[in-house]
Amino acid sequence: MQLVCPAGSLPALKAAVRQGADAVYVGFRDDTNARHFSGLNLDDKQLESGLQLIRQQGRQLYIAVNTYAQPDGWARWQRAVDQAAALGVDALIAADPGVLAYASRRHPSLNLHLSVQGSATNAAALALYQQRYGIRRAVLPRVLSLAQVRQVAEKSPVPIEVFAFGSLCIMAEGRCHLSSYLTGESPNLCGVCSPAKAVRWQEDADGLSSRLNGVLIDRYAKDEPAGYPTLCKGRFLVNGQRFHALEEPTSLNTLDLIPQLTAMGVSAVKIEGRQRSPAYVEQVTRVWRAALDAYALAPQSFSVQPQWRSALDSLSEGSQTTLGAYHRSWQ
Amino acid sequence: MKLSLGPVLFYWNREKLLDFYAEMAEQPLDVIYLGETVCSKRRALGLDDWLGLARELGECSRAELVLSGLALVEAASELSSLKRLCDNGELLVEANDMGAVQLLRERKLPFVAGPALNLYNGHALAELIDCGLQRWVPPVECSGELIRNTLEQLDSLGLARPEVELFAYGHLPLAYSARCFTARAENRPKDDCQICCENFPEGIVLHSQEGEALFTLNGIQTMSAKVNNLLADYAQLATAGADLLRLSPRAEGMAGVVAAFDAVRCGALPPLAVEGCNGYWHGRPGMLRADEVML
Repeated sequence: MQLVCPAGSLPALKAAVRQGADAVYVGFRDDTNARHFSGLNLDDKQLESGLQLIRQQGRQLYIAVNTYAQPDGWARWQRAVDQAAALGVDALIAADPGVLAYASRRHPSLNLHLSVQGSATNAAALALYQQRYGIRRAVLPRVLSLAQVRQVAEKSPVPIEVFAFGSLCIMAEGRCHLSSYLTGESPNLCGVCSPAKAVRWQEDADGLSSRLNGVLIDRYAKDEPAGYPTLCKGRFLVNGQRFHALEEPTSLNTLDLIPQLTAMGVSAVKIEGRQRSPAYVEQVTRVWRAALDAYALAPQSFSVQPQWRSALDSLSEGSQTTLGAYHRSWQ
Repeated sequence: MKLSLGPVLFYWNREKLLDFYAEMAEQPLDVIYLGETVCSKRRALGLDDWLGLARELGECSRAELVLSGLALVEAASELSSLKRLCDNGELLVEANDMGAVQLLRERKLPFVAGPALNLYNGHALAELIDCGLQRWVPPVECSGELIRNTLEQLDSLGLARPEVELFAYGHLPLAYSARCFTARAENRPKDDCQICCENFPEGIVLHSQEGEALFTLNGIQTMSAKVNNLLADYAQLATAGADLLRLSPRAEGMAGVVAAFDAVRCGALPPLAVEGCNGYWHGRPGMLRADEVML
């Protein structure tokens, strides 16, 4: 399986390459990609220099143009596609049928991957994108159980990429408007979830409160560790009980599933985290490279090393990891 | 302006569903959507039951009947059910997943694109029109301006506009997950959920720790706690291109909701303000109400 790693900056891209990523995915500095955070992503010069390094090292560069275009900004998405084609990237990752159509007609030799934001969770949906736009790979949303990934992979007309590690979206990607309901900005249209500009921290006698556009997402006691107020990971009241009603702050980690994913014919595993630091990219890439290499060398005796696990736990939200939807009991 | 009744998003038992549709058959509705869109484990009515209900409604109501498909299609069994639904041979289908679009396209059948499909611009709309889309229900987070611009973009591509149906009333369907939040709130594993959502005819309200109602848990679907209501905005809806207004079923009082919208489309003055929210329509956070934030 190919290892696909995130880079929100040139140092992160270099770290991924150094630690053995087979491919690195990046975005332009605007709302055409799903990690449109201030200060993040690569400008033209950085992209050129990143691509040069990728070519020297024989790796691949993917560009995500994976938000949904708004009619008045259409030219921006068109330009992003044209720019990716001009750079000669190894793949363009997209979700919007309009963007995919434009890319496939205007740049027929451009390699297209269906983004996780396309929210294709079954073989029929994948067939649509393959037949109409000639996609050559699809990234599956993090809502499928392992058995369902197997079913989809068996029937899929294109190779499959799955998420292996990183922040866990508990809703089907591309099918979540919770952020825009509270803040007006959503992953689909703006490339952000729970945007930083809507976050307010408030300290008082009882502890620390995190708010999103005024709405209380969580409240922490004095000694409790506090996390970023991603709205689906707060503590809320349901039937009078206060708990993480949607999901705990936790990260996806699937090192244990390497043998099963390989057996299913999954062609690539993806690390989440273009918004994370170069140090995060460096460490996660190093661990996953080691794990994939160990498995390739001796599949029968593969076991997850404790030091891999502890290294990844320390980089995870709430310092805990889960198999997420891959494991039925999570659902 | 036509009025439509969206599919029931909550899980009601067979008796409640049949009583509900018997009452709705007498209302001034132009379109009625039937079928289960949220969870394949909800089987109070199976496909044959829905088709039977459609035939009965067809005899006593003038409404066009449409069959809505599941929004999140994961298991192979769900894909098979979706194929049977597309092969029903009688009713127009509302596609809520691109898998459904593919199945309908293969069968060369026209379809309604439901609000769970991500169509946000004229180029994307054009793609689906080429697949057979004849009516578009925009994603619920779209503003009136985005919808108008999308249709104008479609005009500039030289394509005829499809019918446009706005999600005008009801709890907004906001997100879909693999996880069942109702089962989680009831401390049950999803595989042994005992269809506990049946006990909550309008879902479970999720509040912030300050008691502010934020979301409604409805199985694997998360909805707004507030009811989206565009009646006060009625004058702008047609201008933006709307041909139909979708009223999404609630557990109680739907006949009154239909009557209120019907009165306005027949010439009564729309109310100055309504309970609930309409922020999305005004390009603001969905939870807001325009008159409260002085838009």
